[in-house]
Amino acid sequence: MENIRYDLITALPEIILLGMAMLVLITDLFLKQSNRIAIYGLSQLGLLLAAYFTVTTHVPSVGYAFTGAFVDDAMSDVLKLMIYVGTSLIFVYTRQYIQLRNMFRGEFYALVLFSVVGMMIMVSGQSMLTLYVGLELLSLSLYALVALDRDNHFATEAAMKYFVLGALASGMLLYGMSMIYGMTGSLNISDINHVLMNGSGIHAVLVLGLVFIVAGLAFKLGAVPFQMWVPDVYEGSPTAVTMLISSVPKLAAFAFVIRLLAQSLQTMAIDWQQMLLIMAVLSIVLGNVTAIAQTNLKRMLAYSTISHVGFVLLGLMSASGNGYISALFYIASYVVMTLAGFGIILLLSRKGFEAQNLSDLKGLNQRSPWVAFLMLIVMFSMAGIPPTLGFYAKFAVLQAALQAGFLWVVVFAVLMAVIGAFYYLRVIKLMYFDEPEDNSPITAPFDMRVILSMNALALLAIGIMPQGLMTICFYAISRSLS
Amino acid sequence: MTFFGLHFQDIVFYTLATILLIAGLRVITTRNPVYAALYLVLAFFTAAGIWLLLEAEFLAIALVLVYVGAVMVLFLFVVMMLDINLDKLREGFWKALPIALPVGGLMAVEMVMIVGARNFGADVVPAPAAHPADYSNTAELGRVLYTDYLLPFELASVVLLVAIVAAIALTLRDRKDSKSMDPAKQVLVKKADRLRIVKMEAEVEKNDVVDTSAQADDKGAK
Repeated sequence: MENIRYDLITALPEIILLGMAMLVLITDLFLKQSNRIAIYGLSQLGLLLAAYFTVTTHVPSVGYAFTGAFVDDAMSDVLKLMIYVGTSLIFVYTRQYIQLRNMFRGEFYALVLFSVVGMMIMVSGQSMLTLYVGLELLSLSLYALVALDRDNHFATEAAMKYFVLGALASGMLLYGMSMIYGMTGSLNISDINHVLMNGSGIHAVLVLGLVFIVAGLAFKLGAVPFQMWVPDVYEGSPTAVTMLISSVPKLAAFAFVIRLLAQSLQTMAIDWQQMLLIMAVLSIVLGNVTAIAQTNLKRMLAYSTISHVGFVLLGLMSASGNGYISALFYIASYVVMTLAGFGIILLLSRKGFEAQNLSDLKGLNQRSPWVAFLMLIVMFSMAGIPPTLGFYAKFAVLQAALQAGFLWVVVFAVLMAVIGAFYYLRVIKLMYFDEPEDNSPITAPFDMRVILSMNALALLAIGIMPQGLMTICFYAISRSLS
Repeated sequence: MTFFGLHFQDIVFYTLATILLIAGLRVITTRNPVYAALYLVLAFFTAAGIWLLLEAEFLAIALVLVYVGAVMVLFLFVVMMLDINLDKLREGFWKALPIALPVGGLMAVEMVMIVGARNFGADVVPAPAAHPADYSNTAELGRVLYTDYLLPFELASVVLLVAIVAAIALTLRDRKDSKSMDPAKQVLVKKADRLRIVKMEAEVEKNDVVDTSAQADDKGAK
């Protein structure tokens, strides 16, 4: 009995959010369109409550629940808090957009909350089975969200592509997991680590499993050579959903990689280091070079995501505490940047008009100097120009890779980042030195303007004083990985 | 009991495995989608047979009941109702084959080398302990499902809930071109809503056509 109580308290944030998702679904049935805003309030309240319980039940030690299928450690709590904040921002930014596009319904909010629960399970999973179910919960909600605007032909096509490739990736992941299970006889992350530490298991079979697991993870992260779906899905989805796909799930994917590779297959670091290295280098090259040729803003940001994922893999590839800390720092910074970037795209969209081409940004400075300035910060940060957050994130990752002895990879990554700076700076050129093509006023709710401004300015503020975020990342990794 | 050095179990296994492989291959190579679905049913049946050999009786029965009985029958209905364009489906098959075949073949060879008898043979992997006659596979499955695997089990139910929500959100909607009827509105209908009584003069039918034909008939008679 005592056990069950501990289990339930440990998983309280998940239970609350799950309950809130169902409450949203039911409340939605009894609301008129004019009162629908209550759903928005409920969703935000759910995130707030979950955050409250995540903070209050936090202990600096590692705790296992549900017979070792669920873990509550510093990393999971930190990542969960980041996920709440990110999702809350997404709700703020997307409210007007989905109201104008007839997507402001209970299902949107319920599916987003379900996907958040999936991410939390991925962050806290301690058995391959739990991790996988969490991943499926996240993916299934995202597939449905992409297709939610059913009359949109592009969105349906994007959902189809996303679904088929996602299912393929899940299959690969499962096959790899079954190989690891066959060799170690356990699904539990720490048990697998113990068995492998004792040197049992045939290496060739374990490597085969590892290859499939890494391929599946790369699919989900969107790293080259498994990146085909990223640009199409980003372009086809409604911008509100693109914003969700491109931001917070990456935090969960980071935890997923840490749990599978760094915790359970720690002894095979030599093997997966090479795989991650190849994928990191290819992602950085392809992401940065292909983005130059894009005229669609969302597609450009998709390739930009691929190159950012390459940098995260570079940090993970170091397979050291420093590497993991820098990768966590990078992915957190990436989420802040992406949210601000897509927030501005949502700000520029209006009823019947999607701001998604680079030409839509022309002369933004004349239309609204403040928005242009915010976009300037975001682009500087993505390009990695000091003193923004993006610079410090790239710096940390490259430093960790250098310490691990990958000098030439670091030199190459810096070169590619310089090439990548071209297309970010082109956006700034369009905003400041071109004449606007349409002069329609930019309308947005007050709260969105304020929070978006704070979000973009945070890139500057944390970039100047990165110690705070760095301390959090250090705390999360050092307390969770022994 | 041995035949030509093979145990009876081995014979059953190899027979089932051969049928399973052929059926699996036919699922993707047959031209008719209905046949493909039926081959999949055959594959499920033989897989259930192999599971029986592994003493997983409950799972074998569940596979037949759930997948063959429910999922595949539904699937078959869908396949029969859809107008699938086979030519479009096979478009690009021959173009992709030169790349796909070597890659697939390479992967298959690698997997056979690793998953083969050298690493997973009967002499490497110990046989599971024999169970007494009253051992219940189902009870054992239920015991771990609701204790050790409680969390994944509950989460799987959440995944199903999401599937329901997603399916409803994607299909059930007030479409402008929808021809669905509202029974509540139907029973509330009154005569005045549908029937309009108009006062008008009585119409007199003009007999021009009849007259000319009658004249023609007259001429013919003369």
